[in-house]
Amino acid sequence: MKLLPIIAAFTLSVTSVFAADYPERNVFMVVPYAAGGPTDTIARLTADAMSKSLGKQIVVENVAGAGGTIGARRVADADPDGYTILVHHIGMATAPALYRQLPYKPTEAFEPIGLVSDAAMTVIARNEFPASTFQELVAYIKQNGNKVTYAHAGIGAASHLCGTLFMSTIGTQMTTVPYKGNGPIMTDLLGGQIDMTCDQATNTVGPITQKQVKAYAITSDARAATLPDVPTTTEAGLPEFKVGVWHGVYAPKGTPKEVLDKLTTALQAAMEDATLKERFAQIATMPATKEQATQEALRTKLDSEIKRWDPIIKAAGQFAD
Amino acid sequence: MMDLIGNLGLGLSAALTPYNILFCFVGTLLGTLVGVLPGIGPTATIAMLLPITLSLSPETSLIMLAGIYYGAQYGGSTTAILINLPGESSSAVTALDGYQMARQGRAGPALAAAALSSFFAGTIATVVVAALAPPLTSIALKFGSPEYFGLMVLGLAASIVLARGSVLKTIAMVSMGLVFGLVGTDINTGAMRFTLGRPELADGLNFVAVAVGLFGIAEILRNLETTIERTAVISRVAGLWPSRADFKAMIGPACRGTLLGSALGVLPGGGAILASFASYALEKKISKTPERFGNGAIEGVAGPEAANNAGAQTSFIPMLTLGVPANPVMALMIGAMIIQGIVPGPQVATEQPVLFWGLIASMWIGNLLLVILNLPLIGLWVKLLTVPYTVLFPAILAFASIGVYSVNSNTFDLYVMAAFGVFGYALSKLDFEPAPMLLGFVLGPLLEEHLRRAMTISHGDVSVFFTRPISAGLLTVALIVLIVAFLPNIARRRKQIFVEED
Repeated sequence: MKLLPIIAAFTLSVTSVFAADYPERNVFMVVPYAAGGPTDTIARLTADAMSKSLGKQIVVENVAGAGGTIGARRVADADPDGYTILVHHIGMATAPALYRQLPYKPTEAFEPIGLVSDAAMTVIARNEFPASTFQELVAYIKQNGNKVTYAHAGIGAASHLCGTLFMSTIGTQMTTVPYKGNGPIMTDLLGGQIDMTCDQATNTVGPITQKQVKAYAITSDARAATLPDVPTTTEAGLPEFKVGVWHGVYAPKGTPKEVLDKLTTALQAAMEDATLKERFAQIATMPATKEQATQEALRTKLDSEIKRWDPIIKAAGQFAD
Repeated sequence: MMDLIGNLGLGLSAALTPYNILFCFVGTLLGTLVGVLPGIGPTATIAMLLPITLSLSPETSLIMLAGIYYGAQYGGSTTAILINLPGESSSAVTALDGYQMARQGRAGPALAAAALSSFFAGTIATVVVAALAPPLTSIALKFGSPEYFGLMVLGLAASIVLARGSVLKTIAMVSMGLVFGLVGTDINTGAMRFTLGRPELADGLNFVAVAVGLFGIAEILRNLETTIERTAVISRVAGLWPSRADFKAMIGPACRGTLLGSALGVLPGGGAILASFASYALEKKISKTPERFGNGAIEGVAGPEAANNAGAQTSFIPMLTLGVPANPVMALMIGAMIIQGIVPGPQVATEQPVLFWGLIASMWIGNLLLVILNLPLIGLWVKLLTVPYTVLFPAILAFASIGVYSVNSNTFDLYVMAAFGVFGYALSKLDFEPAPMLLGFVLGPLLEEHLRRAMTISHGDVSVFFTRPISAGLLTVALIVLIVAFLPNIARRRKQIFVEED
């Protein structure tokens, strides 16, 4: 047993020697959600752009399941050599409140590399829904309470967090209807089977601009360029109602500082990439600024989001396990 | 009508450039080759090959992805027929009679029946997509949870027809499948059900692991019982090509399968899953010789394959007209579109007509290439069966393990596969059939989801199922199907009673 620290020290020194040559081979970027989803899309665009300055390919690997916790755990347990990294969204911060048996601590098991993106959410309803402005919507919900049906994509999903915050802000409970993913929600909204939802602008820009659904507000500080007519929640009179789906890149705890810095530099370069900027803009997603794509900014964001969501989720009395 | 021809012309001119034909061909070829690996279905194949397409233009990349999709789907039927290894729910149906045909030395006709009826269905369904996409979409949107619930009940009722033997045993198997479908996270409360504390089970049992275990691994175990002589799975291989009588038997099922599949494929809430099961049940019901089903009836291959391929084609409709994915494969296509800089949605048809109609035209080209590619390969596949057991079985086990692992990159799924292999072996010893169980397993979660959602939206009022006309109609048909299934039994028992009384 006494040998262990010595071995550990030895391995550390060995890795730091090799850290100077990093990366020598392809890097695996774990996406804890299925291929084709919004997080996967953001990860692939980011991986592609980061590869350009890193000099080696970043290969996306989808390890889906259990609300993103299986993929995150995989990276938490991986060798801290910089060849396995993780892209995760806001779910990284809400998992401790939602999962009572979470096998890792988000703040302790990972080294932050930097923020990637922030995507606003939009509050939308079926086309025949009576309310036509955000104020009318809130008044209608307060009047009709649980007669209004709110769809979300499963406990812990962004649409669930957004709905939970919305209901706690206006102090009225709606009937929440869980779905498996956002696709089926949109189908039911278009078919008028369900009243309303709150979904990432990524998924709603198309139906909103085609006037297939009614849009009431966007949960960001500024209006989205792709949705110039949709007011922010602050403009609509509910400034406390702010949700953004942010993504960050992480490495396992113990990854050498030199390696982390190289990844952060590659991430910052990626955020300036022309293709990435264009694609992000099309799906109403803000790329991180140079100041946000840093280890410190992601650590701060993660800490503050954990603190913010913990009481909201606990008050709703919901768990995902 | 002129519009349609003009649009298809535009699509064909986009899809028929040598460059796009090349990538359509590369897509179908890669799709077939990867899809033919046991257990690897279209979703895993597309996810694996997705990065290759990213450097291409949007049209070319979508055409290639669609090619991979058809290729993988067809490749999946090949393994189902040859070695009883279905990679997805639809090929589980193909395995029922296809594998029996292969064992009787008729693998060639089975593969040809699958290829030709798929091509026939693909051709018709492409026209359906081009001509009827908008009206079909508005019908699909009328399907809310009560309607899907009715559809699932009808599917389960019809599954009893799948039974070769005892109706009671079939009901037991369907119920067991429903119970396996309960494993995982309860989406309403987030509670874990029957997960034994394993986070890997939080999203339920992996379908591919269950199917490969239940069919493929169990089949290998069964074969190990007989003393291993250095023989192949089959020594005599009758003709590679279907006979005239085979062709005659295929036409009707292929037409009916195409109709069923085209209709069910449009429904994004799980309709396509039912297509091949529904076609099989229908063919068996209307056959003059239903006892041949399960023992190598070519109709049992042609119908479901046509239904499956037609459904695969029309499941593009919700994505093309609404930008909403109907299944994981469509979700991947939408992801690929976004990465290519195309925002999916109804505006794609008007803003990107070349892409939109090019993709539709490429569906037909892809199907054509698939037939051209696969008919000559049949001889090769059939030769595979002459490989001795001692080589073939370890190879199947190895490839099946790779296939199952590749779905979620998860070793736990391999244990699930092994466990279901043993379970499937026990079932066959006890004369229970795995197919109805698999259907229950696939439909169970959908049944529960739609039942609970319908009840939540109606605030607990059960009458929604009977007051909405589509749902009431589907439930009535389900009831009739059940009565018809039980009638012969009741009649027989009454006869027996009378005999005893005499």
